Amino acid sequence: MAVASSDVSAKSKSRRPRPKRPGGRRPLVALAFLLPALILLGALVVYPLVDTIAQSFQDQDTRQFIGLENYRRALDRDNTITALKNTLIWVILVPGLITGGGLIFAVLTERVRYGTAVKVILFMPMAISALSVGVIWRVMYEQDPDRGLVNAVIGAGVDTVKGQGAYPNATLSGEQDLEQPNAKAAVTSNQELAVGDTVTFGLVSITDEEVPADAEQAVAPEGNEGAITAVVWRDFKPGGGTAGEIEEEEVGLPNVTMELLDQSGEVVASETTGSDGSATFEDPGGGPFTARVAASNFDEGFQGFAWLAPALVTPAIIGAFVWGGIGFAVVVIGAGLAALPRDLLEAARTDGATEWQVFRMITVPLMAPILGVVFITMTINVLKLFDIVYVTAPGGSINAANVVALDMWRTSFQARQFGIGAAIAVFLFLMVIPIMVLNLRRFRRDES
Amino acid sequence: MSSTAEGIAGPRVASKSEPVAGRLARGLTRGPLNVFLILIGLLWLIPSIGLLVTSFREPADYAESGWWTVLSKPAALTMEGYKNLLSNESMMQGLWNTVKITVPASILVVVIAALAAYAFAWVAFPGRDSLFLLVVALLVVPLQMALIPASRLFNVTGIFGTIWAVVLFHIAFGLPFAIFLLRNFFAGIPKDLLEAARIDGASEWQIFARLVLPLGMPAIASLFIFQFLWTWNDLLVGLTFGGDASPLTVLIRQEMRQYGTNIDVIAPGAMLLMLVPLAVFFAFQRYFVQGLLAGAVK
Repeated sequence: MAVASSDVSAKSKSRRPRPKRPGGRRPLVALAFLLPALILLGALVVYPLVDTIAQSFQDQDTRQFIGLENYRRALDRDNTITALKNTLIWVILVPGLITGGGLIFAVLTERVRYGTAVKVILFMPMAISALSVGVIWRVMYEQDPDRGLVNAVIGAGVDTVKGQGAYPNATLSGEQDLEQPNAKAAVTSNQELAVGDTVTFGLVSITDEEVPADAEQAVAPEGNEGAITAVVWRDFKPGGGTAGEIEEEEVGLPNVTMELLDQSGEVVASETTGSDGSATFEDPGGGPFTARVAASNFDEGFQGFAWLAPALVTPAIIGAFVWGGIGFAVVVIGAGLAALPRDLLEAARTDGATEWQVFRMITVPLMAPILGVVFITMTINVLKLFDIVYVTAPGGSINAANVVALDMWRTSFQARQFGIGAAIAVFLFLMVIPIMVLNLRRFRRDES
Repeated sequence: MSSTAEGIAGPRVASKSEPVAGRLARGLTRGPLNVFLILIGLLWLIPSIGLLVTSFREPADYAESGWWTVLSKPAALTMEGYKNLLSNESMMQGLWNTVKITVPASILVVVIAALAAYAFAWVAFPGRDSLFLLVVALLVVPLQMALIPASRLFNVTGIFGTIWAVVLFHIAFGLPFAIFLLRNFFAGIPKDLLEAARIDGASEWQIFARLVLPLGMPAIASLFIFQFLWTWNDLLVGLTFGGDASPLTVLIRQEMRQYGTNIDVIAPGAMLLMLVPLAVFFAFQRYFVQGLLAGAVK
């Protein structure tokens, strides 16, 4: 600092002394310094802003004044209505989520030695583009649980709880007196059964991997006194065979859930097939019955949520955005936490306050201004939201994922409806005005 | 990495004087806390790793199985995607456009904003306060408010679809924040220093160039990094005004129309796009965080 100032004074000794009042009025000098900025701000920010507002009241070709016609047309569009609704959802949910989450993460990372490492990881997505964040989450959100990690994790949980059918791909083989209304439904025998009867179910489209190792050669059932016997087998013989007939090399299918129904269609008994594919319903009572291979055997298990389909696309993109944006909150709030008066916190703890009380009564109130800044910054970011929605939503979901800033761009530059586009831009502008006023007030207060 | 730690950790405050009972109580609650923080760390790390791994896979594999399956057979990885990307002329042109847009846009915004910020901070002129209030007001104006008239303006002047349309628009919309940040920083320079220089007869230009700029370097560095990342990562401005001079983001977005079949271009492309920001992030983290705090907290 000293070097810089002595340098200046040494070089300018010989010059004519300037007026002594620093900051004396020198509008021309000021203008010279301001000129490049004023030209660019004027031509590309202020003039366009005014022109966009004007355009929103004008016909797009003739630029005649047409009152609120563009606004009316904008509000007649389903896309714009969806965009307004979605932007409302974003504004209600996301700034709070990021500020609250950021506060929690910032407080927690402060308490462990590796906290900085966690902060760096949380903060890293801030540096990369919304486009890359979008691509990252397109990969994460793939619907097939074999390909998308989000669904794979959920699927692992769901399938553990709910289980999966033993033969999800199996279908009925031909030439049998059986019925299956559609691919995943139960296979019901048409035959009426009484005690001592037998029934067989031949299934195909079962891969070798799906057949358990303990499966044994299937045997045509013999009538069993006092019981109804069912056999489920893989009606497939390498090199051909007769459909609907149990033959050599055709194995029984273990672990199949079989159900016995009375005439009203109630399930009266349920059995699981053994290693030769047979199940025996002992002493079922008076008939007649029908038997069926339960639909649960064909349950494919968790097929994955369609995260990027219209119904879920907005929550999915919100997830991606929070992932990308929470680092900002953690770092800004973390810096605020580091500046908190330690003595105060320690004193409260010494007086017996619990960690929760310290957080609630001291940390949060002292941090309120910083939390407010994070909240407002996030609100602006959410209102301006464009890239991540445009990139993450697939073509079929983009209308469902629409937000105001994106709708403005699509209406103006894809549909070439500049009048309506300008009206949508004004909606956006109206939404940021409260924040603009807040900023101006805060600035004035800080200055005085 | 040392600058990383410094930047994000913020000032360390020693709290060695913690009572034993408190430390004990905290030690007992550490278990769940550790589990939670490690889970959070993984949750924030794994998606990026997913893209990294995907960028090294065959597109046919992408259609078949999840990227995490390579953990059991790493031999399935290939450099093919990157080779194709580097020999893809339009993508490479896009990368070059990104560079040609980002470098001048970041430098010029800093230069132009520094000049204006000096006038706002240290040269009195009529209407200074109102003009600066206008700058503060412009801080939150969305780009969307300017896109239609600006594209007309670029059409009339014949620069639509060139690097310069994109660069000028980036500069203009970067200026409010840049002027705001630098003016606040410059205003914090001790008044005596400037008065001494003025008494010694230094011109305003000399004071700006020899005194204020060197002293303002930390803020200028933060601002430059911010502007660099913001411009490098931009999609919207490039998409609207870029035309034949479109940056890499726009080209990757175009590939995403056939997302499934083009994943072998998209994933390496997105990685390539991330490379520079991440390098900047790790190299200049301290300035990045400082800029963030100056912009947000001030």
